[in-house]
Amino acid sequence: MRSGRRHRLVFAVGLLSAVLALVWALVAGDMPISLGEVFAALGGGEGMTAAIIRELRLPRAVAAFVSGGLLATAGALMQVLLRNPLADPYILGISGGAAVGALLGMTLGVAALAVDALAFGGALTAMLLVFGLAHGDGSWTQTRLLLTGVIVAAGCGAAVSLMLALAPDTRVMSMLFWMMGDASAAARPWPAALVLVVAVAAVQPFARDLNVLARGELSARALGVQVQRLRMALYVLASLLTATAVTLVGSVGFVGLIIPHLVRLVLGNDQRVLIPAAALAGGTLLTLADTAARTVIAPQQLPVGVLTALIGVPVFLFLLARHPR
Amino acid sequence: MSARHGDEAPLLEAEGLALQVGERWLCCEFSLRLVAGECLALLGPNGAGKTTLLHTLAGLRAPSVGQVRLAGKPYAAWPALEAARCRGLLVQQQPDQFGASVLETVLIGRHPHLGRWGWESAADEALARQALAEVGLQGFEAREVLTLSGGERQRVAIATLLAQAPQLFLLDEPLNHLDLHYQITTLELFRALIRAQGMQRAVVMVLHDINLAARYADHVILLDGRGGVIAGDREAVLRADLLSQAFGHPLRRVESAGRVIFVPD
Repeated sequence: MRSGRRHRLVFAVGLLSAVLALVWALVAGDMPISLGEVFAALGGGEGMTAAIIRELRLPRAVAAFVSGGLLATAGALMQVLLRNPLADPYILGISGGAAVGALLGMTLGVAALAVDALAFGGALTAMLLVFGLAHGDGSWTQTRLLLTGVIVAAGCGAAVSLMLALAPDTRVMSMLFWMMGDASAAARPWPAALVLVVAVAAVQPFARDLNVLARGELSARALGVQVQRLRMALYVLASLLTATAVTLVGSVGFVGLIIPHLVRLVLGNDQRVLIPAAALAGGTLLTLADTAARTVIAPQQLPVGVLTALIGVPVFLFLLARHPR
Repeated sequence: MSARHGDEAPLLEAEGLALQVGERWLCCEFSLRLVAGECLALLGPNGAGKTTLLHTLAGLRAPSVGQVRLAGKPYAAWPALEAARCRGLLVQQQPDQFGASVLETVLIGRHPHLGRWGWESAADEALARQALAEVGLQGFEAREVLTLSGGERQRVAIATLLAQAPQLFLLDEPLNHLDLHYQITTLELFRALIRAQGMQRAVVMVLHDINLAARYADHVILLDGRGGVIAGDREAVLRADLLSQAFGHPLRRVESAGRVIFVPD
């Protein structure tokens, strides 16, 4: 393809930034650890430093990277599915459902693993609910899907507010941290990493179909795209990616909205390039934000979602002002 | 529909076709037969069902009664991508939500010709550039589609259809947003395409301009909006009395410099 060399260059830069962000996440923290010690720990070294790297910083860095990648990918897919540049992974109520599940678990005081399970279950319930309601008469139009999702999200929001209002003071803080997004408790990021890799690879052979679909449903059908099947697969995949990310680190905002737009500005709107690039950029951004969140005012930790929103809001307003209409 | 091409294999055939939307019948049972080299115009007042009929002929909507066959096979027997290599549809303009360059947009038309893992080749790009040149948009390749005027976007859509390179062109109001010059250029372009030697091509188009239909169509289907259909050769359908009745406005037939034109009274 004509811009193949430029794409390779941009991907090389993206990959390098991702590696640098991950290395910074391992080096930085309360206890300064040198680059040499980091590599020794990753190579199987012994001692407290190695334990900090392998059991605390590495899982956290990977969790941040993976959930950033998942959210950016899900956002890019949702924007094509809804043909709406303002769509993000949370717009159809997936994160709302996860929040209801997670907060329910916290209210009941169950173990961390059970909170994760409830969050994932809540996300899937919201996904099936929106799917069932929007499917209704079989029409499944973009407007109907969007409206159903927004309403389900609003309902979840109300349930979340209710639980926050009724929760004992001691638990409200951890609930708020969960909702703003927090990677500190993510101890098991590897299954989610597998989900990210498989999803990005699985989308690739269908990415040109997504380009066609983004131009409009009718012309996509006339060009031989199986629109109904593709849209359903898109919806399920984007929802599963969102559910995985939200279960891992809570509902971190703005990564899923701004990363696809940022990548689009640099690389254009070809989904074959956009989706892997968004996964890489989303992972890098969230890793940087999470490392900053735990080092800027250390030993105090900030919820990473606050940092992404602080970066995301001005960037997004800038993009919106540049939009031709 | 056509007697003079009676023994050729038709590119598009409809048999006992009737369309119903909700409780309303858009057209009663009729048949049509379009062979390579011919142009069919769909005429009728607003809301008569011209677009619905065109989408049915494109296989994107199942007929309520009857059957539509593309190159001898019913649409159900066509794999979607294969059908997309045989017939192309120009849809009425939809707003673009995401930016893209003009060249990228036109390359979308190559989709059915590429494999699952395929990327556009230099040959595809050359086809897209040629299609842009044919609609008078050479030099626009790098322009952002969102910055184009309505008429330019319509020409980009036509170029996308040309890049798709189907045999049967189905055009929904191809002249929308086009100025007079490009209206004629576009119709001449499609006439040249279907008359090209050795190419099995045909055109079906929804038109609003009766006089352009009289000038470019071989056959006409006139929908009256009350379920009535008159289908036949141009001369048989384009009559002042039939048109006046269908459009609900008196029309007069005038001959000028060897051309027939219809003037509203």
